[in-house]
Amino acid sequence: MLKFEGASRRYGDVIAVGSVDLEIAKGSFVALVGASGSGKSTLLKMVNTLKVPSAGKVLFAGDDVAAQPPAALRRRIGYVFQGIGLFPHLRVGENVAIGPRLAGETLSAERITELLELVELEGEMADRMPDELSGGQRQRVGVARALAIEPELLLMDEPFGALDPITRDALGETVRELHERLGLTTIMVTHDMAEALLLADRVLVMEAGAIVADETPHALLAGKGGDTAQGLVAVPREQAEKLAAMEASGPK
Amino acid sequence: MSEFLDILFGLGDKLTAHIVLAASAIGLGIAVALPLAVWASRSRNVARVALGFASLVQTIPALALLALFFPILLSLRAVFGEGLPTLGFLPALLALALYALLPILRNAVTAQANLDPGVLEAADGVGMTSWQKLHLVETPLSAPFIMAGIRTASVWTIGAATLSTTIGQPSLGDPIFAGLQTQNWALVLAGCFASAALALIADNLLGLIERGLARRSKIMWGSGLIAVAAGIIAALSVQFGGEEEDTIIIASKQFSEQYILAQLIGSRLEAAGYAVEYRDGLGSAVVHNAVASSAIDISVDYTGTIWTNNLKRTDNPGREAMYQTIKEWEAEENGVLVLGRLGFENAYAFAMREDRAAELGLISLEDLVRVAPQLTVGGDPEFFERPEWIAVRDAYGMRFGQTRNFSPTFMYNALTSGEADVISAYTSDGRIAADRLVVLEDPREALPSYDAMLMISPRRANDAALIAVLEPLIGAISVDAMREANFAVDRQEGKLSPKEAAEQLADNIGL
Repeated sequence: MLKFEGASRRYGDVIAVGSVDLEIAKGSFVALVGASGSGKSTLLKMVNTLKVPSAGKVLFAGDDVAAQPPAALRRRIGYVFQGIGLFPHLRVGENVAIGPRLAGETLSAERITELLELVELEGEMADRMPDELSGGQRQRVGVARALAIEPELLLMDEPFGALDPITRDALGETVRELHERLGLTTIMVTHDMAEALLLADRVLVMEAGAIVADETPHALLAGKGGDTAQGLVAVPREQAEKLAAMEASGPK
Repeated sequence: MSEFLDILFGLGDKLTAHIVLAASAIGLGIAVALPLAVWASRSRNVARVALGFASLVQTIPALALLALFFPILLSLRAVFGEGLPTLGFLPALLALALYALLPILRNAVTAQANLDPGVLEAADGVGMTSWQKLHLVETPLSAPFIMAGIRTASVWTIGAATLSTTIGQPSLGDPIFAGLQTQNWALVLAGCFASAALALIADNLLGLIERGLARRSKIMWGSGLIAVAAGIIAALSVQFGGEEEDTIIIASKQFSEQYILAQLIGSRLEAAGYAVEYRDGLGSAVVHNAVASSAIDISVDYTGTIWTNNLKRTDNPGREAMYQTIKEWEAEENGVLVLGRLGFENAYAFAMREDRAAELGLISLEDLVRVAPQLTVGGDPEFFERPEWIAVRDAYGMRFGQTRNFSPTFMYNALTSGEADVISAYTSDGRIAADRLVVLEDPREALPSYDAMLMISPRRANDAALIAVLEPLIGAISVDAMREANFAVDRQEGKLSPKEAAEQLADNIGL
């Protein structure tokens, strides 16, 4: 489905991504985890050519992404990101329908309602303007917009980064469920290891532009993947242990 | 007050010309600024150069920018041929459009730079081509800011368009300049009022469009747009709808005598059944070129002016020889017909208050040399650059203590108020007698003669019927008659309009 061949990205002397070789199978839910500046976002954006590799290439369904017209490529790939980026001058429904519109198709009102309901929003929201929605609702619209093109691949760059924990949790579950139901291939960048462990079936850990661990959530929890990965796993685990201990010891 | 209202309601022609000019300039400014802004948003260097250039243009005084287009267009005739107009609408349009550039460009560039980066990332992410991104996202989001820039540009342009009078383009500046010249404040006020009102109306309508765009209210920006379009269309139809084919255009420079003579000529032509249009308040150099290129049909010019400015001569062969030389030169070089001399001179002369001259014992320029270093001389803005002054300076060794520039009208006031001791007066000026001034003699004949001549454009030079109407004016106007008419317009009390003064002059000289 997706293959990185020696993909690298340099800014002068700084290496954002250094020669990554990677294959992602159809239908998998992959989380890219790492600290800020580890190169995970850059690696993700190489797929829809928002970033172009300075060396190596990325193959999507067997074809080099750099060889395709960017607009046509991106209309096959759903993209959800932290900034959400709803078009403020378009209604929610028009935002959802923008991808097909660019390709010259008009989405029916029924299809827009269906997409909104897919992300657990009311169909009537189609007539609202984006600034009338809450942050969580807006990102749900962002997901619906990405799904409107019936993508073969869904890219998510810190999709829940700006949301409160409850909204974040609920939206994460929605996305995982849609991944199953629609048979998507999903790559999600996050700095939150707990989120990665709970949602993904394959976790890639990045550090200084390189992939330092490539494990299933179970293997990571079992202590595999090396120091960096274990350092990241340790954070939610310790939090969970502390909370469990507090619960056990009763009120202070 | 009723005079003011009469003038105001008589400004229809100027108003429509003003609207057409300003709207065209803003339109051209938009047409250049918007693509430039798009380009600038894609390239930092383009942004820097474009904004730098627009800011530079803005530092040039509007009056100078307008005047600069005359030599520019004149040199462009080498490329575009002799048909390229150097005066009137074209240079005014170009200068004002350049002026309108900065606010539109700056707002458009700023709006682009301040677009939410998330929205732009989403536009790329959903697969917009750069054209789709421009018209689906960047344009609608920048529109209110761009509109604010257009609004600023419009107010500026409507104001600055009054200055296009000086390069022969009719506008609401016509009454302002004519009024300043003849000290007719009602005329000045009417011109200012009309242009201010026009600017306010434009500002409000464009503001409505701007708010409509910001609130995404189609009704609001739509109705604003319709109102603006209706105004422009109405002005256009008035301007071009009733245009007569065979209109005689008469020029006048920026002083009372010229306004009066233009009216005198015009009323004769009208009486003979011609349609007449006036181009008032033109710059001196502008008038000659306009006649030579047939942009204007009739003007009154002066032998000394043509001698030095156009023939580039510095010698002084005497009054008669000078006239004959000019007459032949005009016919050969420009095809302009010098129909004849009107009968009076409007020469440069040095004038002083009678009492002051007596006190200092001055009769001629030779006497003046002695005391000049203690005196202040006032001249019109071009005088101290002119060969006349250089000739006097060199012939007599004249050195004044201080040199000051005044507009011709204020020059006389400066003399009476004592701000200047001597001024470069004009011999046909009514204020010489009225202000009790003496003209200092010129024993060395350094100052050339300035016979008023009737000039006919090449296009009309063979029009026998027209010439027959104008011929009676030749040799008909004595310097006393001209002074009297000039003074009737220039005096403070009971002043006449140039038109009334022209009627009185016609009576006096028996025409």
